[in-house]
Amino acid sequence: MRALCWMGAGELAVRQVPDPELRNGHDAIVRVRRSAACGADLSLLAGRGPAVGEVLGHEFVGEVVEVGPEVRRHRVGDRVVVCSSVSCGSCWYCRRELHSCCDNGSTDPEAGEATWGHPVAGCFGQPRAQGGFAGSHAEYVRVPYADVGAFAVPEPVSDDRALFASDAAPAGWMGADLGGVRPGDVVAVWGAGAVGQVAARAARLLGAERVVVVDRHPDRLRAAERHAGAETLDYRRVDVAAELRDRSGGRGPDVCVDAGGAADGARSLGDRLTGAPPRPAAVREAVHACRKGGSVVVLGAHPAVVDRFPLGMVTAKGLTVRGARQHGPRYIPMLLDRMARDELRTEYLATHHLPLDRAPEAYTPLRTRAPGCLRPSSTPLPPPPPPPHPPTTTPPLRQPR
Amino acid sequence: MAGAGAVTGGTGGAGQVGPIARLAGGGMALGAAAAGAAAVRALTAPRPVGWPDGGDGRRARWQVVTVDRPPGQVLPEGRWPEPLRRLGDAVQVRVRPAPGDRGTELAARPRPGAGPPPGLAVHLVGDDPGRLVRRALRQAKQLAETGEVLRPDRDALDRPAVTPE
Repeated sequence: MRALCWMGAGELAVRQVPDPELRNGHDAIVRVRRSAACGADLSLLAGRGPAVGEVLGHEFVGEVVEVGPEVRRHRVGDRVVVCSSVSCGSCWYCRRELHSCCDNGSTDPEAGEATWGHPVAGCFGQPRAQGGFAGSHAEYVRVPYADVGAFAVPEPVSDDRALFASDAAPAGWMGADLGGVRPGDVVAVWGAGAVGQVAARAARLLGAERVVVVDRHPDRLRAAERHAGAETLDYRRVDVAAELRDRSGGRGPDVCVDAGGAADGARSLGDRLTGAPPRPAAVREAVHACRKGGSVVVLGAHPAVVDRFPLGMVTAKGLTVRGARQHGPRYIPMLLDRMARDELRTEYLATHHLPLDRAPEAYTPLRTRAPGCLRPSSTPLPPPPPPPHPPTTTPPLRQPR
Repeated sequence: MAGAGAVTGGTGGAGQVGPIARLAGGGMALGAAAAGAAAVRALTAPRPVGWPDGGDGRRARWQVVTVDRPPGQVLPEGRWPEPLRRLGDAVQVRVRPAPGDRGTELAARPRPGAGPPPGLAVHLVGDDPGRLVRRALRQAKQLAETGEVLRPDRDALDRPAVTPE
């Protein structure tokens, strides 16, 4: 089959690789219909982890073409969205819906122990410390624990909408959920990428009185205003802390969500030269801004170690700090229901549509933060027909092909 | 296996007395609090320290995983899980209920004076027996919790080269 492979630092290519096989009784093989490129992959592109020839991509929707003998919930022909993280559904953590902490989701738990102190859930298209499973920028993907991680897509939900129930939507929703957003809250979200967009929308749907999204890309901020009903702040132009105080009656936001992802760990030239760890600028700002007794939720694939974290402020203000990669199976059925009811429209997050053969180009607008770019998607299939959803008032962010 | 006891022994089936003699019978309670505390310290040891017969007199630490299943499922028919049985007499195994209804604590360590375990496995992990024990414990846990050991997409030795389009 064809797949998008990492061929060296900054080098991607579509190559022929062997078709995936059923390796465990709980596996399914899924034919990919859409696969999205995520900013979290940019550090992999730079060479942090993958081996030459590994297939990238972790957010996808497709069709079941083969199932193992232990699979009970899916049959050949099912249209499914697959959670980007791989979890067993049976360990202590999964049974408490802490799926990203799964004990059995990696084929190399020792690598996870070395990196994180404990094994964590696997993830498609990631290095061995996170499972070592081939990614979704391909024609087919092996899906371990298919009964846990694959979910049938309701008929009215298009592929372009369901695609984001794989990763961006559950991650974003989790930000609002772990923060304990309640009616009347003021919520601030750092990062207006796909995860931040959904976090803001989730906060609104959970009853937040005011949601403020912080970013520096005008097009992303406009999308947050339009699709998530959020107010926005361009941190290059305003004093974010002062603005957030003003907009929350001097208290500070009740819930602060860092959805900036791995990019938040970007290091200055000086830090790189001196070997200093990256500084989590958005998390620091969130801790400063949050009201006393409020919650700060940290999402995304951060570096293992960061520097200059305002620890004293966490204790002085009595903050709750939470984080997780993504407890997808906890949220995906609910998200699909909301998608089917048009409460959650995510297709606008796919800003570029490319055939698989041009998938290497998908990361260029992500890397350069091209105007209008949220998440490019690729497909091994012919170009999709127009989605069945009613037109929205939203001007399309999609770029011309 | 009775629910409330701590059991320690070799990798033979329950009730057997093999080269690694059973130190306690099935269902035997831990007894004194001091002994329990010592067991807890042993069971929470995070890192392996290598074979115990390296000449410095140290004994290898116990390595432990918590299996989210009752002891009866972790030790079906009273036998040690298969991944540990594969290590033969090279390891000691201990099992006890985990506190807080968290299932079963399954511990193992290289047996003092034992040689390297048989088979190919030892070649795959080099000269670090702790790693081999750790891997066997992880596999035993996966088997009890999910019914199978998760396999990679391809085995390490047959990872194919990609070919140009």
